[in-house]
Amino acid sequence: MERVLDIQSLRKSFGNNEVLKNINFSVDKGEVVCIIGSSGSGKSTLLRCINLLEKPDGGKIIYNGRNILESNINVYEYRTRLGMVFQQFNLFNNLNVLNNCTVGQIKVLGRSREEAEEIAMKYLKVVGMDKYINAKPRQLSGGQKQRVAIARALAMEPDVMLFDEPTSALDPEMVGEVLKVMKELAEMGLTMLVVTHEMGFAKEVSDRVVFMDKGVIAEEGEPEQIFNNPIQERTREFLRSTLQAV
Amino acid sequence: MSFQLVKEIFLDNWPMYLRGAGMTIVISVISTILGAIIGLLIGVVRTIPESATRGKRVILKVVNTIFSAYVEYFRGTPMIVQAMVIYYGSALLFDIHLNRFVAAIIIVSINTGAYMAEIVRGGITSIDEGQFEAASAIGMTHFQSMFNIILPQVIRNILPATANEFVINIKDTSVLNVIGVTELFFQTKSITGNNFKFFESYFIASGIYLLMTFTITRILRHFEKRLDGPQNYDLVGNQMQV
Repeated sequence: MERVLDIQSLRKSFGNNEVLKNINFSVDKGEVVCIIGSSGSGKSTLLRCINLLEKPDGGKIIYNGRNILESNINVYEYRTRLGMVFQQFNLFNNLNVLNNCTVGQIKVLGRSREEAEEIAMKYLKVVGMDKYINAKPRQLSGGQKQRVAIARALAMEPDVMLFDEPTSALDPEMVGEVLKVMKELAEMGLTMLVVTHEMGFAKEVSDRVVFMDKGVIAEEGEPEQIFNNPIQERTREFLRSTLQAV
Repeated sequence: MSFQLVKEIFLDNWPMYLRGAGMTIVISVISTILGAIIGLLIGVVRTIPESATRGKRVILKVVNTIFSAYVEYFRGTPMIVQAMVIYYGSALLFDIHLNRFVAAIIIVSINTGAYMAEIVRGGITSIDEGQFEAASAIGMTHFQSMFNIILPQVIRNILPATANEFVINIKDTSVLNVIGVTELFFQTKSITGNNFKFFESYFIASGIYLLMTFTITRILRHFEKRLDGPQNYDLVGNQMQV
C-alpha cells in the first residue's frame, strides 16, 4: 500500500489547552478512514492541522515522503493536493455553483476556463448538482450546498479528501443525500479522511476507524472490531452513549 | 426675495453654475474612486496574516504603522486645513507647484482613502471566517483569496457606505475654494461678487448640490441591486429535478 499521509507525534495547543497530544497515524492510498469521538476530543483540530488551517506546535506531517512542516515546503501547493469539506459548507458567496468549482482550478492550478468548466461539470454530475450551475449559494439548501462543496474540492483533483463533520450542520432529511454522495466517492476508490458523528456511515463505509478521546487516539481498528468489540473502556463508553441516543 | 429674481440670476449665470457643478462632480467622482482604491489596498495589506519569517513581520509592522498614522491624521484634521497644508506645503517644501485641479483630486482622494480604509477593514472583518478558510483550503494565497473571493463580497457590502462618502465629497469639495478650485461654491462666490444677491445665488447653488447628491444616491442604489444579481436561477437541462 502506498502511504499518502503519515502523522507523527503531532501536537497542538490553544493557549494552555492541549488539544492534540502526540498523535500518530497514517492514511494509505484508497483508504477511507473515519475519525470518531466526542466533541472537544480534537478530531476537527487534527483535520485542520493536516491541511495547515491550524499550525501544529510540533511533530511531523509526512505527505508523499516529505515533511510538510519544514519551512521550505510550498504550503499553497500542498493544500491543492488536499480537498477540504467544511461543516459550514463555506461556498464562495459571490460566485455561482459553476464558478465555485472553477475558481480554484483557474486561479491556483492555472487551468484554462474551458478545461476547468469541463472538470467542474464532471464532478457536479457526480454529486448530482450539474443542473444548478447558475444558482448562487444562498439559493441552495444545506444538502445542495454541501454537495457543491464536495464537487468544488473534487474539481481540484486532490490526493486526499478531508471531511470535517460534513453532515453536522444539516437538517436530518438532508444528511442522507450527502452521505450517499460520500459513499459513492468511497466506492470510486478515493482516499478519504472523515471526521463524523454518523456512526452508521463510519461502520459501513470506512476501512478503518480512529477513536479520539481528550486529544489522543484512544483506539483504532477495523470498523467491525471498533463497533462490535472495542478494547478500550472509553471507546465502549462513547459508543454506548452515542448509539443509545439513536 | 422673489422667484423672478432667482430665475433671472440663474438665467444670467447658468454657464458658471454649470461649470462649477461639473468641476464638483468630476472631482468627487475621481476622488471617491481613487479613495476607495486606496482604502481597499490598505484593507488588504492590513489583513495579511502574521508571517512566519521575522523580516516580513517587521516590514509589515512598519507598513501598518504608516497606514495607521495616515488614517489618524486625515480623519482627525479638517479637509479645509489639509487643503491648505498640501497645496502650500508642496510648493514650499518640495517646490512642487500643483495645478489646482490636481491638488483638489489629491486632497479629496487621500481624505476619502482614510475613511475608506476603515470602512474596508470593517467590511473585511464582517466576512465569515469560513470564506477565508475555504479559499486557503484550495491553495489560494492571501492576495488570491482577497481579489477573487473576499473583496467582491466586501465591495458589495461597503457600497452603501461608499455612496455616503460620495455624497459627502460632493458637498465637501466646496471647501476647496480656499485654494481657488473653481468648483460650484467658488463659482457662486464669484457670481455674488458681481450681483451682491447672496441669498438668491446661494439658494440656487443649494438646489444644484441637492440635485447632484440625490441623483448620485439613486444611481448607486440601482447599481447595488444590479450587483446582487437576479433573485432566480434557471435549472440547466430539461429533465425533472431529482
